[in-house]
Amino acid sequence: MTETPLIRLSALTKVYGSGQAAFQALKGIDLTIQAGEFVAIMGPSGSGKSTTMNILGCLDTPSSGSYEFMDIHVQKLSRNQRALLRRHFLGFVFQGFNLLARTTALENVELPLIYRGEDAATRHGAARAALEQVGLKGWEHHTPAELSGGQQQRVAIARAIVTHPAVLLADEPTGNLDTKTSQEIMELITAFNREKGITVLMVTHEPDMAAYARRIIRFVDGHLESDSRKEEAA
Amino acid sequence: MLWNTLLLALRAIRRNLMRSFLTILGIVIGVAAVITMVTLGNGATKSVSDQISSMGSNLLMLIPGQRFGPGGGGAPNFKFTDVEAIRNQISGAEWVAPVVNKGATAVYQANNWATVVTGTNNDYFPAGNWELAAGRTFNETEERAGKAVCIIGETVREKLFGGQSPVGSEIRIKQFSCEVIGLLKGKGQSAMGSDQDDTVMMPLRTVQRRLSGSQDINRLTVSVSNSASIDGVKNQLTLLMRERRNIGESEDDDFRVMDTRQIAETLTSTTKILTMLLGAVAAVSLLVGGIGIMNIMLVSVTERTREIGIRLAIGALEREVLLQFLIEAVVLSSIGGLIGIVLATGASLFLARLMSVPYLFDPGINLLSFVFSAAIGVLFGFFPARRAAGLNPIDALRHE
Repeated sequence: MTETPLIRLSALTKVYGSGQAAFQALKGIDLTIQAGEFVAIMGPSGSGKSTTMNILGCLDTPSSGSYEFMDIHVQKLSRNQRALLRRHFLGFVFQGFNLLARTTALENVELPLIYRGEDAATRHGAARAALEQVGLKGWEHHTPAELSGGQQQRVAIARAIVTHPAVLLADEPTGNLDTKTSQEIMELITAFNREKGITVLMVTHEPDMAAYARRIIRFVDGHLESDSRKEEAA
Repeated sequence: MLWNTLLLALRAIRRNLMRSFLTILGIVIGVAAVITMVTLGNGATKSVSDQISSMGSNLLMLIPGQRFGPGGGGAPNFKFTDVEAIRNQISGAEWVAPVVNKGATAVYQANNWATVVTGTNNDYFPAGNWELAAGRTFNETEERAGKAVCIIGETVREKLFGGQSPVGSEIRIKQFSCEVIGLLKGKGQSAMGSDQDDTVMMPLRTVQRRLSGSQDINRLTVSVSNSASIDGVKNQLTLLMRERRNIGESEDDDFRVMDTRQIAETLTSTTKILTMLLGAVAAVSLLVGGIGIMNIMLVSVTERTREIGIRLAIGALEREVLLQFLIEAVVLSSIGGLIGIVLATGASLFLARLMSVPYLFDPGINLLSFVFSAAIGVLFGFFPARRAAGLNPIDALRHE
């Protein structure tokens, strides 16, 4: 294994607050992730799994340590450069969907393409294709309020993958969904990982959902506790 | 980038129609109220000052007694010799007109109209800025002999003659018949609110003989020539009248010399105060509209903060988000301001006509209220967004 890892964290820490009230959420994380992996990040509440996820997604900044993404030292980037990194390489799926309210599925999916400066025709085509891939053909003009939770999460997935990101970051993507819908969403995410080669990083506390991943990382109390790879079923 | 951001801003306005509508409404009400009130106030001031200048601004009025109005407290009226004395002895007096008023009903064929007959001389017309629309003024014979001729005002013409030309016709006043020799140009309402055109004018002697039955003169109107000082003429008049009326040095005047400039100043200052009052009321509605906008913007800040978080997470630059919010605020405020101006113009035109005051477009107040309300809209639309866009994306996303 001599190829450059997609993501490399070394001695990463994160401290919230200061002085007496300071809380060390991450106490030195070392982690390497290769392109194309499907990684589930597990752990109890407050173990630092979401904090790690937010730092990996450039939504938050570490207190110390280094984060290299495709050999880029992310901690040296400016706010705008981190935004551009998100724009071009990352896609997000959240527990609460985080779609724009009163905005159609199509316009929600188009949004990242608008920031990329794509023209209207390209945007429409790509957004329709993405919605079709997540099984929402025919729902383009429905707003989030008119869609079920599972459908909303599918729109969110379509919005995340419409830019063909290198990494899909999913923070408890099935946390608000019932078991059957959760499985459908997981199968969708797995398919994007297997077929499109999109690296998936997923935070979850449900072992059933983590079972879809090929690598499971456990956090306890700001440390990495275990890192296990599942052998590919032949 | 600008084009795309404009698209995003317009989409945001469209999908939050209620919020956009309320924001616009706040601005519309504020702008429309201020412009309408100030425009009407200006119109009223203009109309009062017009009426005063139509009255003549260099007039002095002499009335018997110390009070303005009928009665006069038993002080003697003026005589025709007073008119001559003023003419001869006071060089600054340009026109000197005696005035005797008498209420009477004027009849022409089947029409009759209760009006006021004024007995005077030809000086009355230039002194009071009256012009003739048709016919002529009195000639010397008519004045000296007290002939039955009259010059009528526009209102009397309308009531008695309708569409016909009155000059040359005979109208009946009380028991005598009187030839209409002239028609005055309309002047409209006086500053005190009475109809100045509701008048019939006759030579002084005609009124004294046929209507009032005495040699008394109720009032003298003196116009001061432009080269003379009003106060100087006023003092000379006072001295002359004290002498003629045999008032001892220790006694008070039993007549009064009034300056129309004083009346004018009092009246215009009243309407100016009124305009300021209206403006203040309107400013309050602008403020209330502004607070409405502020409320809507602040109430929606939680939702908008999350929206900003979403936009940042999917790769929007901080400046793109800010530009979008700025465009939204500017577009909404401008639309609101423009609707407000259009509405105010319509309302002012309508109300000005209803109140019969002139409509004066005041660019200053239009600009001021537009800029003020736009500033409120931009301030409260943009600055909460600026704070949100400066957060870490994850904090904006988690904003409760």
